[in-house]
Amino acid sequence: MGRRDYSPFGADARRAVESGLAAAEWYHTDVPRKVMKDLMARSDQPAIRDTIILYASMVLFAGIGIALWPSWWSAPFWLAYGVLYGSASDSRWHECGHGTAFRTPWMNNAVYQIASFMIMRNPATWRWSHARHHSETYLVGRDPEIAVMRPPELAKLILNVFGVIDVIRFIPTLIRNAVSGPTPEEKTFVPESEWGKVRRAAIVHLAIYVATLALAVWMQSILPLMVIGLPRMYGAWHHIMTGLLQHGGLADNVIDHRLNSRTVLMNPISRFIYWNMNYHVEHHMFPMVPYHALPRLHEIMKADLPPPNRSIAEGFAEMWPAIRRQVLNEDYFIRRDLPPTAKPYREDFHQQVPGMMRPAAAE
Amino acid sequence: MPWIDACSTSDIDEEDLIRWDHAGKTFAIYHAPDGAFFATAGLCTHEQVHLCDGLVMGTLIECPKHNGQFDYRTGEAMRAPVCVNLKTFPVKVEGGRVFVEVA
Ligand code: FES
Repeated sequence: MGRRDYSPFGADARRAVESGLAAAEWYHTDVPRKVMKDLMARSDQPAIRDTIILYASMVLFAGIGIALWPSWWSAPFWLAYGVLYGSASDSRWHECGHGTAFRTPWMNNAVYQIASFMIMRNPATWRWSHARHHSETYLVGRDPEIAVMRPPELAKLILNVFGVIDVIRFIPTLIRNAVSGPTPEEKTFVPESEWGKVRRAAIVHLAIYVATLALAVWMQSILPLMVIGLPRMYGAWHHIMTGLLQHGGLADNVIDHRLNSRTVLMNPISRFIYWNMNYHVEHHMFPMVPYHALPRLHEIMKADLPPPNRSIAEGFAEMWPAIRRQVLNEDYFIRRDLPPTAKPYREDFHQQVPGMMRPAAAE
Repeated sequence: MPWIDACSTSDIDEEDLIRWDHAGKTFAIYHAPDGAFFATAGLCTHEQVHLCDGLVMGTLIECPKHNGQFDYRTGEAMRAPVCVNLKTFPVKVEGGRVFVEVA
């Protein structure tokens, strides 16, 4: 297919719209309506429990970190606090943005706003970018949340383990949003009625950062930034690790989440931090199912999915060589076998984009 | 406007909905938890997805694609990413049948 153009104003974006790919109907596993209704049912209890554990742990770890500061003995507590701030906030932002974490809307909104601040995402802009990510997952030029663009820039991926690229992008966007609202790219997916919200949220976030910075200058210490801001960098590694696994090395420009998303079985701590988004094929196919019901959904639909990776390490062992291969051959992707019980991939779905699903690119 | 016999009251579980197609148009018919029936356009106003795969919670219908919500009694858009209200249609129940007045 040649060089990909990820701009929302570029040739690939135009082609996705003109070919009908952008508006296509995606593949869904058959799940009986009664079962699905049961899976979709909302409840406050699991998310209240998890949120109390999360915030209480953050207060505890940051409190010990501050008490032991500036001794190196504080380091492990900062690392624990950082992962909760800079990585668990990603999954809380995500689930509460879908509105599925809690049954009660204000609880979803409150946790969404806090998580958006911590993960350095404008809560108004990113609600819309994520809607697009779901409608047009990994359609080049259309999905604004493609974590690994091809050919992958490995140095950038590695720098982002410490949030470097995200933060470098975030700061000018924050200032721009606070001064004049959404950028031209953001205006392609944020409706005009929401532009005021983008600006207001940016002003609030900016004010908190300026106040934290002022406190740090006044105290002549980076301690305030260890609590607010910097954990988005020193604690980002876990959400980058799990985020890369979501779609890395898999197909783009397809309309079957079994081809472009990855389910990875994980240890319970990572699942708590990631709020079960390791069941990523399931989540993309049925975004109405709350995080706490995803393990049940996985059991119900696994016969129709490629086998999940059995650990984070196994997921990386599959993904990383593919990403490295894409550096030289951006058309390369992993095409996983389906079990005999699964409905086959609909190759005819994917003929619309020139070069897509051609055998040379498949494994 | 004609009242069209759409379905039986027993075709829709309480706090659920079904898709109903008529004269080339698609509708959604709801059975509210208090026993009342309602009808709206069948496609979400955000990206034209069928609402019939969504979730009814009280008086809200949540779209299966991006979790946008409408009050299905009034059609009012209640939660982003839906911003445009849903069209609603009058409904009456007679003899165990649900009738929709299609405009
Ligand atoms: S299609 Fe209904 S919320 Fe997006």
